[in-house]
Amino acid sequence: MTAKIATATGAQHAALLGLGSYRPSRVVTNAEICEHIDSTDEWIRTRSGIIERRFSEPHETVQMMSVAASRTALERADIHPAQIDCVLVATVSHLWQTPAIAPLISAELGSTPAAAFDISAACAGFCYGVTMGADMVRSGTAKYVLVIGVERLSDITDPTDRGTAFIFADGAGAAVIGPSDVEGIGPVVWGADGEKFDFIRQKQSWIDVLALERAVMPHLQMEGNPVFRWASFEMAKVAQEALDRAGLTVDDLDVFVPHQANMRITDAMARALKLPERVVIARDIAYQGNTSAASVPLAATALLESGEAKSGQTALFIAFGAGLAYAAQVVTLP
Amino acid sequence: MASTEEIRSGLADIVNEVAGIPADDVQLDKSFTDDLDVDSLSMVEVVVAAEEQFGVKIPDDEVKNLKTVGDAVAFIENASAA
Repeated sequence: MTAKIATATGAQHAALLGLGSYRPSRVVTNAEICEHIDSTDEWIRTRSGIIERRFSEPHETVQMMSVAASRTALERADIHPAQIDCVLVATVSHLWQTPAIAPLISAELGSTPAAAFDISAACAGFCYGVTMGADMVRSGTAKYVLVIGVERLSDITDPTDRGTAFIFADGAGAAVIGPSDVEGIGPVVWGADGEKFDFIRQKQSWIDVLALERAVMPHLQMEGNPVFRWASFEMAKVAQEALDRAGLTVDDLDVFVPHQANMRITDAMARALKLPERVVIARDIAYQGNTSAASVPLAATALLESGEAKSGQTALFIAFGAGLAYAAQVVTLP
Repeated sequence: MASTEEIRSGLADIVNEVAGIPADDVQLDKSFTDDLDVDSLSMVEVVVAAEEQFGVKIPDDEVKNLKTVGDAVAFIENASAA
């Protein structure tokens, strides 16, 4: 016989309740990067807007940085780790095939037995997580969700690759998502285009690496100009669509937090979106570099901590990268 | 169909908008990188704006062959004639 199965019900609305971040201690200047590549401080600044970036020290592991960012986010949300029902970790630089890093982070925080798993959506991972977390809260799958974006890209970047060595960096950001009286996380616009998988990717599979005479790290590689074109123009359309789906226009926006891929991409997107002058634009890349999944929460947290952005303001998040995967949503800042 | 001069002039306005280079400097014999200081990322922006304005498709592989303003004008002329 077919029994009647109950349907889970959740909160009507979800919101970001707290944001936190962790910046690794070691500052790496363009001059240091140029010890390994034929480039200059001026070239790096004009092509990327990066003045310096942060690399992790050995003790600043993916887990350690995630836990630090999460504790700040939980404290600001006034949520105890034991209240977390699910931990989502977006990363491409946790260098263990299995298990995921999320259960270990959850255990260290004291959130066990929360469900915990990693999201492999590269730079878009945090925004994927925000949407999944909000959907869990609204569907009753979880009451509180912890979403983390974390990377140690310095481990998988070739310091002698002129096209990527100056871009990628390390760090972590975290958000607590929970129920809300009003909507705080707008409808997502997301997608992926696997036909462009070779625009940004790991150089070789692990199997291919083991077949080499001397195993070397299969570093990240990127086709700079096609990625720039896709990110600057196609992603501006996605950002506009996220505003449309939230029922808003650029005039309702206070803050724009794009993935910190390259300052030139941010500038091109801001122009394409015709953002009013008063909209605060995250430019965290200048001192943090491109931290893939960690960049949006790092940048948003920095704006809140500096006072450039304020709690209750309306922000547009968009993240995009390898896959090619992308996601955008409008949020209310916690 | 637009004349060579119309395409050059339209392209000059785009280069001016993207890279802040005086439109009058954007002449057919000028090299984007060597004479006009248009870097590879600005070149991508110029190409996307040109595609929109002239209704042509300029593939990524083709962009590196467009060394001078004249190359770009000729490509757009051929592409719009096709």
